[in-house]
Amino acid sequence: MNEKPDKLIDKKGIRTDGRKADELRSVKLQVGVLSHADGSAYIEHGKNKILAAAFGPREVHPKHLMQADRMVLKVRYHMAPFSVQERKSPAPSRREVELSKVIKESLEPALFLELYPRTGVDVFIEVLQADGGTRCAAITAAALAIADAGVPMRDLVVGCAAGKIDDTVVLDLYDAEDKLGAADLPVAYMPSLNAITLLQMDGSLEPAEFEKAVGMAIEGCKKIYEMQKEALKTKYMVVKEVEE
Amino acid sequence: MPTFFEKKQLVTPGEMLAEGDYLPGENTYVEAGKIYASRIGLVDSDNKKVNVVALRAFYVPKMGDIIIGTVLEVGFNGWTVDIKAPYTAMLRASDVLSRPFKPQSDELSQVLTAGDLIVAKIATFDRAHDPQLTVGEPGLGKITRGQILHVTPTKIPRIIGRKGSMISMIKQETNCQIILGLNGVILVTGKTLDEEVLAISVIRKIEEESHTSGLTDRITQLLKEKKIVKVEENKVE
Repeated sequence: MNEKPDKLIDKKGIRTDGRKADELRSVKLQVGVLSHADGSAYIEHGKNKILAAAFGPREVHPKHLMQADRMVLKVRYHMAPFSVQERKSPAPSRREVELSKVIKESLEPALFLELYPRTGVDVFIEVLQADGGTRCAAITAAALAIADAGVPMRDLVVGCAAGKIDDTVVLDLYDAEDKLGAADLPVAYMPSLNAITLLQMDGSLEPAEFEKAVGMAIEGCKKIYEMQKEALKTKYMVVKEVEE
Repeated sequence: MPTFFEKKQLVTPGEMLAEGDYLPGENTYVEAGKIYASRIGLVDSDNKKVNVVALRAFYVPKMGDIIIGTVLEVGFNGWTVDIKAPYTAMLRASDVLSRPFKPQSDELSQVLTAGDLIVAKIATFDRAHDPQLTVGEPGLGKITRGQILHVTPTKIPRIIGRKGSMISMIKQETNCQIILGLNGVILVTGKTLDEEVLAISVIRKIEEESHTSGLTDRITQLLKEKKIVKVEENKVE
C-alpha cells in the first residue's frame, strides 16, 4: 500500500478495495459492550475499530467547567498507539484535540442540554484501529453510547463521509483514498430531523460535485442509521424476549 | 391524525410516534407538530397522550420523593448524600437534631458518618440548587439493618404495581419490610435471612421481566411455590 496506484478508480467504476463509487464499507455495531460504563458501543466500519463509552449525567469535574444553565458534554477522542502503522504517541495530539471538539459539537444538537443544568455527560472514544473516516465512525458509536446511557436525545447522530478520488465523487473513503484522493467531506446527520450537525471539507470540489457529495454522504448516513437503530434495539430486545 | 406505532413497540430516540392531535407524554418531545421518542423504550398511549416507558434512564430528584442515599461526607453544618442522581443532596444538621444545632457542642459524625445509609425525603429541589433532604417524618432516618439492592429507577413503578398491589403482596408473602427508594435503591428487612433472600429474588425477577403481561400472576405463583418448598423442608427436619 506504499506505492501510489495509477488509478484509484478504474474504467468500470471499481475502487482499489473493490467497492463501487456509492458503496459503503461493511459496518458492524454492538451496544452495551462495557459493564462499568453507563452506556457503551463498539463499531467496526471497514477496518476501523472504535469503542465509545458514555457516563452521566453526573457532576462536572473540574468544577469550573460546570454551567449554571445547562449540561456540558465532554468528549475525548483518543487513538491507541497501535491503531496506525507507525506507532502513535499516546499523548493527545493536536489532531485528537481538534477531533474531540468537532465530535462534541456534532453531538450537542442531539441532546436536551437545557434540561439538566449543572451536570455533565462524558464520552470517551478509543480508536483501536484506524483506516480513514474515524471521526464519522466515532460519532456513530458515541451517539449509540449516549442513548444506551439513558440520556434523552432528539435523534441518533450518524457520521459518514463522501469525497472525490481521481475525477469521481465517491462514498465513504478509506485511508488510501483519503490520503491520495482529491477531497474528503465528512458529514454528521440526524436522519429523523433531516439536520446536518457536522460538515467539514478537506481538498477542493466544484459546486456541483460538492452538492453531489453531500447528497451521497446523507444517503450513506441513512443506511448506517438503520443499522444503528437495529443495534440499539438488539440489546434491549434480548431483555424483552427473555420475558416472553 | 395518524400514529406510527403499535402498542408496546420498542422505539429508539428520534423515532416519529405521532402527528397532529396528540400530546407528548414521558420521554417524548415535539418538533414541528410531530411527536418523537427521546429514549429507548416501549411506546404506549392513553387517550391522546403518547408515552414512552424508558428501558434505560436515570433518577431525577423531585420534591416529595422518598429515596435511599449514602452519606458521602460530614460537613460543618450537615452532610452531603449520594442519591444516585446527577446531583448530590444535602442534609442539614438542624433537620436531624430535634434541638437547635450548636457547632461548638454537637459532633455531627456521631449522628451520621460517611458510609451510613439513610431513608430520606426530597425537601426542596430546583434548577438552581442541589436537592435538600429531610428525615423529620416517621419512617425516615438512618438504616440500621436489612439488605440493599439497586434497580433501574424506571422499574420502581412496576415493583409497586397497580395501587401498590405487587409490593403489598411481596411484603405479605415474605414477611419482609420493604422500602422502595424512587431513586432505584431498595431496602429489604426481614426477620430471617431466608425471607430477605426470597424477597430480593422476587424483586430481581420483576426487574428482569417487567413490561410483560401477566407478571403479577407469575409472581404470585413463584411466591406460593417457594413457600411450599420451605414448609416441606421444615417437615423433613
